[in-house]
Amino acid sequence: MAFSNPEQTAKRIVLTVQDYSQFAWNAFLNLFRPPVYWTDFLLQADIIGVGSLPIVVLAGVSTGGVLALQSAATMANFGVTSVTGQFVALTIIRELGPVLTGIMVAGRNASSMASELGSMVVTEQIDAMRALGVDPTRKLVTPRIFASIFVVMFLTIMADAAGIFGGAGVTVFMNHHNGMQYFSMAYEHLGYPDIVQGLVKPLFFGYILSSIGCFYGLRTTGGTEGVGRSTIQAVVVSSVLIIFVDFMLTQLLLSLFPHAL
Amino acid sequence: MIFPSSSDAHENNVQANAAAPVVAFRDVSIGFGAKAVLEEINFTLAPGETRILLGPAGVGKSVLLKLVDGLLRPDEGTIDLFGEEITRLPEQALFALRARTGMVFQEGALFDSLTIRDNVAFQLIQEKVGDEEIDARVREALRFVDLEKTFSLFPSSLSGGMRRRVAIARAFIHQPELILYDSPTGGLDPVTSTQIIELIVKARDARHTPSILVTHRLQDAFTLSTHRYDDEQQRMVPLPEGETDPDTTYMMLHEGRLIFSGSLRELLHSDDAFVREFLK
Repeated sequence: MAFSNPEQTAKRIVLTVQDYSQFAWNAFLNLFRPPVYWTDFLLQADIIGVGSLPIVVLAGVSTGGVLALQSAATMANFGVTSVTGQFVALTIIRELGPVLTGIMVAGRNASSMASELGSMVVTEQIDAMRALGVDPTRKLVTPRIFASIFVVMFLTIMADAAGIFGGAGVTVFMNHHNGMQYFSMAYEHLGYPDIVQGLVKPLFFGYILSSIGCFYGLRTTGGTEGVGRSTIQAVVVSSVLIIFVDFMLTQLLLSLFPHAL
Repeated sequence: MIFPSSSDAHENNVQANAAAPVVAFRDVSIGFGAKAVLEEINFTLAPGETRILLGPAGVGKSVLLKLVDGLLRPDEGTIDLFGEEITRLPEQALFALRARTGMVFQEGALFDSLTIRDNVAFQLIQEKVGDEEIDARVREALRFVDLEKTFSLFPSSLSGGMRRRVAIARAFIHQPELILYDSPTGGLDPVTSTQIIELIVKARDARHTPSILVTHRLQDAFTLSTHRYDDEQQRMVPLPEGETDPDTTYMMLHEGRLIFSGSLRELLHSDDAFVREFLK
C-alpha cells in the first residue's frame, strides 16, 4: 500500500516531483528548439481541440445556467436581479471557464495521453523510436504540450461564450428577466484585467494537463495494469494541480490587477 | 541499393575485420532496485561477426541488448559502440549513434498508428527523404522480407510473424552498421520461426553486418551456424557436414554473469555444468 512505509513513500514523492520538474523543464525548452514536428502539432490540436469542443461547450452552457439559477433567488432578496449578467460573466470568464475547461480537457486528454504513451512504453514502441534515432520527447511530448497550450485557450473562450449564453437562456426563459439587461450588464462590467485573467490561466492549465499526461505515460511500468495506473494518476494529479495552480494564479493576477477585485 | 551482393559485402567485411570492435563491454554491471541483473560483463563484437546470446528467460539478455544501443545505462563499467564510449554520452548525442544501428524488438514494436510504409520508412521520414525515394526503398525492404503487399496496411492487420518481418525490414532500411535482434522468433510457430531465421541468415550472408541475436531457442541458434543463404536457390541451405559459419559465435548468460563465449564447437564441448544442462 502507498503508506505502508512512510519513509519510502516520502522519498518516492520527492523523486517524482524532481523527475517531473526535469521533464517539464526539458519539454518547455523543446518548444523553442528545432526540430518542431508541425504535422504532429496540428494532429494533436485537432484531437485535443476539436475533439473536446462538444464537452467543453456543454459544460459551459450548464455551468452558466446553474449560476444564473442559483444566484436568482439570493439576488431577488436584495432586489439586484439586474446584475445577474455581470455575476455570471465575471465568474465564468475569470474563474469557472478556465478551470472547468482545464479539468474537462484533463479528464479527456491527460488520460488519453497517459494511456497512449503508456501503451507505447509497454509495447517497446518508445524504445523503438529511440533506437531509430528519434527523441520521443520531441516527437511525442512537445507537440502535445504545444497543442494543449494553444487549444485550451481557445476552448476556454468557447466555454466562456457558452456559459454566458447558458446564463442568458436561464435568465430569459426560466427567470423571465430582460435579456438585453443581462448582456449589457455583462458587457459593461467586464474589464481587460478580467479577460487577461481568463486567458492567462488556460495557458498554464494546458501545459499542466499535457505535461502531466505525458509524464505519467512515459514512466509507465508493469504492463497493461501499469497503463491503467498511469491513466488514473495523470487525471487525478493534473486535475488537482489545475485547481491548486488556479488558486496561486488568482492570487498573483489579483495582486497585479488590484482594480479587478 | 539496400542489399548489395554477397561477394561485395564480404570484401568490405574482410577489410573491416582489421578494424576496432564494433561493440566492446568492459566490466559492465546493471541492476534494478536492489536486484543485480548483469554483473561484470566483458565481451567484444568484431566487424562482420554474428554473436548469439543464449540464456534462460529473465536472465538479462534483452537488458544487455538495450545496453549496447544506449537505451539503458550501466551502473558500472564502460561500453564502446563504433569505437565511441557511450556510457556517459548525453541522450542527444546517442541518437546519432543509434541511427547507425538497427534493432528488432521482441514483439516487433511497430508503431500502431502508422501504416507499414510509414513504419518501415520512419527514419527516412525524419530525415526528410523524398516521397518517391522512400516508396522505392520501402518496397525494396518489404520485398526482402516477402511482404510487399502489406505496404498500405496497418500493423494491427498483420500476424505476429509478419510483424517481426516488418520490424526486420524497418531495421534494415537504413543500411545499419550493426543489427540487434531481441528474440526475433520468441512465441512464433516453428514454420514462421524458420522463415525469420532464414531472413537473418540471408541478411548476414548478403551484407555481413555485425549483429547480436538474443534467443533462448537452441534450434534457431544452431541453424544460424550450420546454414548459409544460397543466392541462386533463393533459400537457406545447410553447410557441408561438419562445417559451421566461422563468423557466428555464442555467448551464454547465467545468473547475471557471462559464463560462456566461443564458437559452436566450443559450446558443444563446454565443461560448464549449466551450459551442459541448457544444451540438453
